[in-house]
Amino acid sequence: MSTNAKFGGASVPASRLVSSLAPPGEISSTDIDRSCCIPLLALFGGAALWLVVGSVLALIASIKFHAPDFLANCACLTYGRLQPVADDALLYGFCLPAGLGVALWLLARLSGTPLRGAIVPIVAANLWHLGVFVGLAGILIGDSSGFAWLEFPRGGSVPIFFAYLLLALWSIMIFAGRRGRTLYPSQWFLVAALFWFPWIYSSANLFLLTSPVRGVAQAVIGWWFANNLLVVWTGLVGLGAAFYFLPKITGRPLQSHYLALFAFWTFILFATWCGIPPGAPVPAWMPTLSAVAAAWLLVPWLAVFLVVWQTVHGSVRSSWNNTTFCFVGSGIDAFLLSGLMLMAMACPQISRFTNFTWFGSAETQLRLYGFFAMTMFGAVYYILPRAVGLEFPFPKLARVHFWLSLAGIALLVVPLAIGGIVQGWKLQHPDTVAFADTTKAMLPFLRVSTTGLLLMLLGNLLFFANVMGLTLRWKIALLKQFIAFVKSPLETTSASASLRRDKEVRA
Amino acid sequence: MKNGFLVFLVSLVVLGGSWCGFVLAPVLQLGGQKQTTILNSSDLYPVGRPGMANQGLQVYRANGCAACHTEQVQQDGVACDVVLTSAGKTPLAVTNAISSLKLTGLDKGTADAAVDKINAAGGKAEIHITATGPDISRGWGLRHSVAEDFLYDDPVQLGSVRIGPDLADVGTRRPDANWQLLHLYAPQSVVNGSAMPPFRYLFRVQKIGGEPSPDALNLPKAFTPPAGYEVVPTAQAEELAAYLLSLQADVPLHDAPFTQPLAVSKP
Repeated sequence: MSTNAKFGGASVPASRLVSSLAPPGEISSTDIDRSCCIPLLALFGGAALWLVVGSVLALIASIKFHAPDFLANCACLTYGRLQPVADDALLYGFCLPAGLGVALWLLARLSGTPLRGAIVPIVAANLWHLGVFVGLAGILIGDSSGFAWLEFPRGGSVPIFFAYLLLALWSIMIFAGRRGRTLYPSQWFLVAALFWFPWIYSSANLFLLTSPVRGVAQAVIGWWFANNLLVVWTGLVGLGAAFYFLPKITGRPLQSHYLALFAFWTFILFATWCGIPPGAPVPAWMPTLSAVAAAWLLVPWLAVFLVVWQTVHGSVRSSWNNTTFCFVGSGIDAFLLSGLMLMAMACPQISRFTNFTWFGSAETQLRLYGFFAMTMFGAVYYILPRAVGLEFPFPKLARVHFWLSLAGIALLVVPLAIGGIVQGWKLQHPDTVAFADTTKAMLPFLRVSTTGLLLMLLGNLLFFANVMGLTLRWKIALLKQFIAFVKSPLETTSASASLRRDKEVRA
Repeated sequence: MKNGFLVFLVSLVVLGGSWCGFVLAPVLQLGGQKQTTILNSSDLYPVGRPGMANQGLQVYRANGCAACHTEQVQQDGVACDVVLTSAGKTPLAVTNAISSLKLTGLDKGTADAAVDKINAAGGKAEIHITATGPDISRGWGLRHSVAEDFLYDDPVQLGSVRIGPDLADVGTRRPDANWQLLHLYAPQSVVNGSAMPPFRYLFRVQKIGGEPSPDALNLPKAFTPPAGYEVVPTAQAEELAAYLLSLQADVPLHDAPFTQPLAVSKP
């Protein structure tokens, strides 16, 4: 609390006054980091909890394929409810709040402006997690809206919508108050993402739930929303973060700003039009347009590939001992791989064998966990110790988390993708393969993917332990500070405490 | 602030474009969609599901059935067969004309040409259209699903993955409500080795008091409750079964034509 009061109150008018004269380093990055401390603890702490909840539920849902009778007597735990809850816990519970926290901190850092009025993002973060709790519970008791990735009933969707608005507003205010006019590419990505979610979320909720449109227009809007959240929003935030962390850690400047901006424009131009699956019972222009847009995704795909290649090329080995680099680097690899899968799924010759199969699920998991969540893990491991001013209690476990997550996501995605194609091939041969056999043929693949989910759960638990451990350390430090404050005269305490903390950070 | 404003403006235009394309345009094009007429008939389609089936759609939604089942039959194309309906007054000429023609598995143009030739020879012929494709061969429907099939559904439950079979036309395929209830209570009791989880919570196991309930399920031996007990569907199970029975996309439409098999006659 003291950090906020200090930075929020005293340093602001001074910085405003001297901003035109002072060099850009006037407000130290430590001050900026600390100003985000409590909001980030609230966002990342809740996110870590939902991550674990989501992977436990995903594991239970997966076990049901091997034993359909498992937990079958409980309505809340039927597969059709568990699966969306697991998915939403990952997306709304972890990905969005983690992305919002990372965006908040990145915008503060890149703008050279500390966060002011931290109480608002703190309240918003708690409102967000409350909304997620209500939404997930709603799905479990059968209140799902029935639209993929938009299942939350009103009790969940309204709180998260307003929480998002508050968090985005505060991030945009930091961005608006930035020092220096030139923009870093990450800022474009993040600002566009902050702005895009309220638009798609409100549109989807209005047209699908508040005053539902008629017939298959519902399905089209649902697909548009899901694509824009899963592909566009995660792409913008994930790439925004990666374009900051990769140059930061390798110590090489982003190669180049222009190419990154080109990737930005082409990405939002094409990716926003994907998502309508081939063969859907809607007017033919819609899936066709989506397929064309997906083919054009090759342009931003190449641009991202070139930016990343030219930036990290030659320094992978030297940066490999940095955990954040491992997470963000493999996240970008997963982004490129899932982009290829997305393009393949839109190609008519291939979509015959991937449509309605596990392949699509493999692509989504690779994108959400392999790309986005991994990038966020890397970012949180980088940001949180700086924001709190304390080290993680188990820094070595971060490395174990990385390997568990990497092995887990590979064991989840590879069998589902291969199994999906096998399943698609069998579905396309009705004369020789009975439907029951297509289901049976998937079982070995699903068995491996369950193992993958187990490894991911273990990795997620390590992440949870580190984030919670750090929160606990922070609380203990606050308590100690408070006791010392009560015991001794005012001036000496606060001075020595802040001195000690500054030393810790530098170390 | 120039640069920041530019980000805002260009994002607005680009993102707004996709909103216009996939939110506004579908609402304008499909939002006011009306019933259509059945091919070669003046009957309207669809007529809307009965109230109980509509309740069943909500049970379907609440339990996330769409996590495993699609409701969209796909189709590769159509195959046309030329069927001679009358040899007319010059059977020999017609026979000669037919002997030089291929009459089955044609595309529309070739079939039209064949009909013209037969007509020219003095006979009468019709074209019978059959949809083709793996889904059709599996018996999942007689034609591909079209927008009209979902006109009155809210929410529309198209699904995206086929862990279980497609249900767009399951009411035609499995018209027996009892079969549907047995399958919901214990899928393995009617489909050997089914991977579907049982929905026992949609049923009540109750003591038989006096007369057995007329609604009680007639289960195979391995699935019966203890002696003196019976399994009775709850209202939700009945509604869900009614919804499944109402899933019948079995009439030919302009954008999805096929010739009705003779044995099937619509009531």
